[in-house]
Amino acid sequence: MQKLIYIAKRLVKAVFVLLAIVVLNFFLIRAAPGDPAQVMAGEAGAADEIFIAQLREEFGLDEPLHVQLWIYVSDIVTLDMGYSYRQDEPVAKLVFERLPATLLLTGTAFVLSILLGVLLGALAAARVGKWTDSLITVVALVFYATPLFWIALMAILLFSVKLGWLPGFGMFSVGADYTGFAAVLDVLQHLILPAATLGLFFMAIYARLTRASMLEVMDMDFVKTARAKGVAPARITRIHVLRNAILPVITLAGIQAGQLVGGAVLTETVFAWPGIGRLMFDALLQRDYNLLLGVFFVSSAMVILFNLVTDVVYTLVDPRIELK
Amino acid sequence: MAERAILEVENLSISLPSGADRPLAVEEISFALARNEILCVVGESGSGKSMCANAIMGLLPRPHVQPVGGTIRFEGEDLLSLPESRLRDLRGSRIGMIFQEPMTALNPLMRIGEQIDEVFDAHGVLSKAERRARVVELLRDVGLPDPEHLGESYPFRLSGGQRQRVMIAMALALEPAILIADEPTTALDVTTQAQILDLIKKLQAEHHMAVMFITHDFGVVAEIADRVAVMQYGKIVEMGPAEQVLNDPQHDYTRRLIAAVPQFEPPERPQIEGPPLLSVKALEKTYVTERGLFTQGRRVPAAQEVSFDIRKGETLGLVGESGSGKSTVGRCIVRLLDTDGGEIRFGEIDLAGLKGKALRPHRRHVQMIFQDPYASLNPRSKVGTIVAEGPIAHGTPRAEALARAHELLHLVGLDPSAAERFPHEFSGGQRQRIGIARALALEPELLVADEPVSALDVSVQAQVLDLLAEIKQRLHLAMLFITHDLRVAAQICDNIAVMKLGRIVEYGPTRRVFDDPQHAYTKALLAAVPGKRWSIPEVALEHARQHARRVAS
Repeated sequence: MQKLIYIAKRLVKAVFVLLAIVVLNFFLIRAAPGDPAQVMAGEAGAADEIFIAQLREEFGLDEPLHVQLWIYVSDIVTLDMGYSYRQDEPVAKLVFERLPATLLLTGTAFVLSILLGVLLGALAAARVGKWTDSLITVVALVFYATPLFWIALMAILLFSVKLGWLPGFGMFSVGADYTGFAAVLDVLQHLILPAATLGLFFMAIYARLTRASMLEVMDMDFVKTARAKGVAPARITRIHVLRNAILPVITLAGIQAGQLVGGAVLTETVFAWPGIGRLMFDALLQRDYNLLLGVFFVSSAMVILFNLVTDVVYTLVDPRIELK
Repeated sequence: MAERAILEVENLSISLPSGADRPLAVEEISFALARNEILCVVGESGSGKSMCANAIMGLLPRPHVQPVGGTIRFEGEDLLSLPESRLRDLRGSRIGMIFQEPMTALNPLMRIGEQIDEVFDAHGVLSKAERRARVVELLRDVGLPDPEHLGESYPFRLSGGQRQRVMIAMALALEPAILIADEPTTALDVTTQAQILDLIKKLQAEHHMAVMFITHDFGVVAEIADRVAVMQYGKIVEMGPAEQVLNDPQHDYTRRLIAAVPQFEPPERPQIEGPPLLSVKALEKTYVTERGLFTQGRRVPAAQEVSFDIRKGETLGLVGESGSGKSTVGRCIVRLLDTDGGEIRFGEIDLAGLKGKALRPHRRHVQMIFQDPYASLNPRSKVGTIVAEGPIAHGTPRAEALARAHELLHLVGLDPSAAERFPHEFSGGQRQRIGIARALALEPELLVADEPVSALDVSVQAQVLDLLAEIKQRLHLAMLFITHDLRVAAQICDNIAVMKLGRIVEYGPTRRVFDDPQHAYTKALLAAVPGKRWSIPEVALEHARQHARRVAS
C-alpha cells in the first residue's frame, strides 16, 4: 500500500517535470538557426521572401513565440502531439508507427547486454587473476573503448559483405513477403547485427561494473561469515556476493533503460533500421518542430518512467531501501 | 584441567606476504584447548591472534598468508593437511566462529532465519520443518525477542547486540565442539558487551564447549577466561590459568600490558575552584532527516537541555553509549554544528549565537582532538603544514607558524623532523600526537577530545593519556573528554556527566559518581564494566614504575 502511494506521488511529480522538459525542449529547438519554412523553401529552390512568409503563416510560425508555446503546451496537456506538416501526418501516428521497431532493437540489446555483462563480470570476479579473468577484462575494455559506429561498419563489412551470413541493413528482406514463422525469423536475422552492436558497449560496462562490485563485496565480513558456516563457494558467489553486488548494475540499467527510445540514432542510421531514431534525425535536419518535439516528449517520458521503475526495483532487491 | 584437549596446535607458523613488517605472522606457537574451557588469547593489534584463529578455521587469505609449519590436530585430523571440502564440512558444524563487527557480519539482503537455515542447508541436515523449528529454538536460546517472527526480519532491523546474538545462534546451530570468538564484543556498547559475555559463558557451560576467545581487553579476560595466552609479535609469551596470569604475570610484556589497563577505581582529586571557563546552558540539537516535497523529516533529538560548566584546569568527562548524543554535544561546542537552542557561554561570548565571520576569530579558543587518527589528518599534507594551518588561517606569518609547529611536535613527544613527513608514515599513536599538536597550535583554552584513545592499543592508549594529562597541566587547559570507556574516564576526569538519549542523567565529581551513583542508568553502566572486580596487581604496576624510571634516566 505504502508502495502504491509512493508511486502515485512520484507520478504526480513526474507530470510537472515532464511539462518543464516540454517547455525547455521548445526553446532549445527554436534556438537552432533556421526554421521549417526556410528548409522547405530551400529544398524547393525558391527562397523568395513572400513564399517563406506564406509557409510560416500556414504553419503558425508567424505568431509570437509565447503564443506558439502556449498553443503547444495546451495541446500536449491533452496528449495531442500536433501535426507534422512535413510528413502530412499526425505526430502521434508517426511516432507510434516507428516505436515498435526501436523498442525491439533497444530492448533486445538491453536484455542481452545485462545478461551477458553480468555473467561475464561474475565469471571474471570468481576467477580473479586467472586467464579467464584477463580475457574477459581485455574483451570488455576493447568494446568499451571502441566507437559504436566503427564496430557497426566492421560488423557489416565482415558478416554481410565478406561472409554473407547476415543481412546488413533494414528490418525485413525487401520483396520477400514472408508470413508467419518465416517473417519472425527474417526480422530476427536482421536484428542480430544492430542489436549486438548496440549491446556490446553496455555489455562491456556491465561486465566491468559487476566484476569490480563483486570483488568489493567478496572482502566483506558477511562473506567470511558464510565461509565460516561451511557454505560451498558456488553458493557464496551466487547468493551472498552477486546479489549484494548487483545494486550499481541496477542503477546503470536504469540509465540505459531511459535511452530505450532515443539512444539508438547512430545504430539505426548505420543499419537503416526503420526506428524512431532515424525519424528524429530526419526531423532535425528538416526542422520539423512538432515531430521533433513529439519524439523528445516520448523519450523524456521514458526516462522519467524508468527512473521510477529503477527505484521500485531497488526496494525489491534491497530491503533496507524504503519508498517514502 | 581434567578434560582432555580436543584441539592441539603445535609449532604453528604462518607466513606473511613479502614486504610485511615481519616474515611470519605467527611463529611456532603451541597450545591446547580442552573441552569445557574458555581460553582467552590476548594481544595488541598485529600480534597474530586473529591469524591463529583463521588458521584453525581454514579462512586465511591464501596464498598471500598461509601456514608454513606445524600442525593443528582436531578430533584425530590435522586441519592443515585436510582438503578444502573436508574443512568445509567441519566449519560451521564442528567448529563455529563469531566475528568482531556484528553490523557487517550478516548479509544485509537475507532474512535472519534464512541465514541461520543456511548452516543446516550447507551441511545437509534436518528436514525443512525441523529446520524451521530449530531456527526458532536457536533464536530463543540466544535470548532474542519474539523468536517466532524474528527469523523473517532483515539484519538492519536489529541492533548491534542483537546481531551478535544472531551470529552466536548461527555458530552454535549444529552444536560445534569448538567456538572461536574473534573480539566478539569489541564493537559493542559496554552494557551490551556484558550481556553478550554472559550469554557466551552460559552457552559454553550448557554445551560443554571449548571456547577460544580472542581479545585485546584485559577487563574482558578477567570476566570470562579460564586460561589465558598472551601473544606478542606472533609468539605466545605467557600462558597459564587466568587467575595466575592476571594477578601474578611473569613475562615483562604481560606486566606492561596489564599495567597499561586503566584502574577502575578513580583516584582522589582536589576540587577545582574558580569561575567557569565554559558554561553550557540548556543546549538543544535535533537532527531532521529526509525532508521531501511530500514527506516530513524524521526528528532525532541528539541533545536536550544539556547543561554543564568547565573550569580552567578541569577535565569533564562526557560518558555514554553510542547514540547518547555525547559527540553531538562536543561538535556543537567546537561549533562544527549549529545549535537549535541554549547557550554556549565562553567567557563573555555566547558561541551558540555567533555565525560565519563573527564566529571565526573565537574558534581558536576551543579546539578538537578527533577519534580516528587515520581519517582526521589530510593524507596529502605534510605534518608541519597540518599543524601550522590553523595559525596561518588566523593570520600568523607562515614562517613563524611553521617554526612553532616544530616546537609543538617536540612538545607532544615527536621528533621535529616529523614536520617534513606525511601522515601515513606514522603509527596510530604518533598520529594522535600530531592531532594533539594540531589542536594546540591555536593556543586554545579548552580542548574537546572526542574518544581520542578509543582506536589505540592499550599500551599506546596509556602513553597518549599521559601526554594529554601532562600538557593539560603544563598549559593549564580545560578539557571536555568524550568517552565510552569508564575505566579511562575514572583515571583522567575531575567531573563526569553521564548522557543517555540526548540528556545528562547524572553529573558530579568522578569519585562521587563511581562510589555512589544515583541514576539507574549510571548504576547499570558501572555494573557492566568488564573485570571491575579485578584490580591491577602490584607486581605489574611496580614493573611499569621501574620502566618509567629507566626511560626518565
